[in-house]
Amino acid sequence: MSCVLELKNISFVYGKGTPFEKRAVDNVSFKINKGEFIGVMGHTGSGKSTLMQMLNGLIRPSEGQVLLDGKDIWAEPKKIRSVRFKVGMVFQYPEYQLFEETVYKDIAFGPQNKGLEGDELDKAVREAADFTGLKPALLEKSPFDLSGGEKRRAAIAGVIAMDPEILVLDEPTAGLDPMGREVLLSQITRYHSERRNTVLLVSHTMEDIARVADRIIVMNKGKLAMLEPTAEVFRRGDELARYGLKVPQITKIMSELRKKGIDVPEGVLTVDDAFRALLPLLKKGGKLW
Amino acid sequence: MVRDVAFGQYFPGKSLVHRLDPRAKILMFIAYIVIIFCTFNYAALAITSAFTALFLILSEISPKFYFKSLKVIIFIVLFTSLLNLFYGSGDPIWQWWVFKITYNGIHRAVFVTVRIISLILASSCLTFTTSPTELTDAIERLMRPLKLIRFPVHEVAMMMSLALRFVPTLLEETDKIMQAQKARGADMESGNLFKRVKALIPVLIPLFVSAFRRAYDVATAMECRCYRGGAGRTRMKQIHMTRRDVISFIVLALVIGGVILCNIFVNWSI
Ligand SMILES: Nc1ncnc2c1ncn2[C@@H]1O[C@H](COP(=O)(O)OP(=O)(O)OP(=O)(O)O)[C@@H](O)[C@H]1O
Ligand SMILES: [Mg+2]
Repeated sequence: MSCVLELKNISFVYGKGTPFEKRAVDNVSFKINKGEFIGVMGHTGSGKSTLMQMLNGLIRPSEGQVLLDGKDIWAEPKKIRSVRFKVGMVFQYPEYQLFEETVYKDIAFGPQNKGLEGDELDKAVREAADFTGLKPALLEKSPFDLSGGEKRRAAIAGVIAMDPEILVLDEPTAGLDPMGREVLLSQITRYHSERRNTVLLVSHTMEDIARVADRIIVMNKGKLAMLEPTAEVFRRGDELARYGLKVPQITKIMSELRKKGIDVPEGVLTVDDAFRALLPLLKKGGKLW
Repeated sequence: MVRDVAFGQYFPGKSLVHRLDPRAKILMFIAYIVIIFCTFNYAALAITSAFTALFLILSEISPKFYFKSLKVIIFIVLFTSLLNLFYGSGDPIWQWWVFKITYNGIHRAVFVTVRIISLILASSCLTFTTSPTELTDAIERLMRPLKLIRFPVHEVAMMMSLALRFVPTLLEETDKIMQAQKARGADMESGNLFKRVKALIPVLIPLFVSAFRRAYDVATAMECRCYRGGAGRTRMKQIHMTRRDVISFIVLALVIGGVILCNIFVNWSI
């Protein structure tokens, strides 16, 4: 697999030289391969959002380099805008960026900046709306008349429409109802599997990340604490607890069952998997113990 | 980023200047402005400068921040002092085309520069050491006599403190929205003036929308806590004049007296 994104010893300091100085990201290095789905976890204030904003050059690292396709994105600061079309970024609470008269025009803002026109533009907008599950009827409405969940979708569509090679989502499901979360998440996975783009997903919901991510980045106090395959990360539940995180409930239940000597596999991450593992046992004896 | 500007920021602290009564600080600030513009010779200027220096040192705030606040106005200072330099009256000591430099011009340039710098330093000292709440509280108390002519003192003060409270919030929000639009490829750094103004629309509209939303929220929150204007309202932090304030008034009175005496008796005015 080829590496699309590499961070070399990245640090970021807020308010340098003031009494409010804060080292939000501290010496972080990692590599991400093309087409990977990466989950990003960490307690509040661990520097996830700051780290994500450095991936597309919205903020410039105080130290270190960000390499996109092997090239330093800050080599030519004047051309930083072109990086933003390659690395799409959906912010925490993105609905506050809506501004156009209609949802359609708002989604078109990004691809227009990229230089798309006519049919190409129309196709990009409609595909993005479809990926996020926005009904075509909504496209002609004012973005301010949408419900919270619909606004969220419109804002995400506005980034997806630029067709970035790497899509970064900063807590896209925060504040949505369970159903809305579920749907949005499955749309993101569908987007990932159909377009084969690289996706980074920041989330506080372990269950979500466990279900979709290939590998997981764990941040702790600005430092990179882990970057491992999903199953491996959740196997180290004690370590996660030290970083203020928890393994998904179902993983915890299954590992407790294992401790009791019941023959279930290790590192079960989703309820579906657990169901499949438990079913034969239940069929055999009618009860677990 | 917009937030890097040091001017007008509050740095919490426990220095003597921090602990002065905010009313005393405001009154002294006003008197100081008047006196700065009434210095007519170098002796008087030296006295006021010494007074400024004294307060800056007592404020215990790093000189770095005072320099930073001066950086903002450096062009205004340069421009006005140059203008004064070339427009003095009297015999020229150097001349080229329409530009001529006179002794009078040099003196005037020095005075203007020192006055503007003192003004900025003093106002920075005031805002660095006084929290916005203290400031508006003090202004409300100082304007209380205006109630006699039915001036809505409390309401104005409340509006001021709300406005001050939301300046950093709005700046932060502007930053966030700008980041989000930049992430969608918005180009705000290049192009001609017309293009740049147009590029602001994607920032201004969400900013206004959220400012209105915030205003509604604050109003609702205030109503929920039974806010109904100033009548009968007490405050959590009472402000009191203490010996510190009296002493600083005396020092200021000495400075004023000194400046007046210098203006009368030192015969070396410009
Ligand atoms: N604009 C800013 N100015 C100063 N400090 C900031 C700023 N933004 C974030 N910080 C600080 O940097 C640290 C990291 O913040 P960041 O937003 O990256 O955290 P996060 O991991 O995304 O948290 P959350 O899960 O709550 O979104 C925090 O301690 C925060 O207080
Ligand atoms: Mg965050």
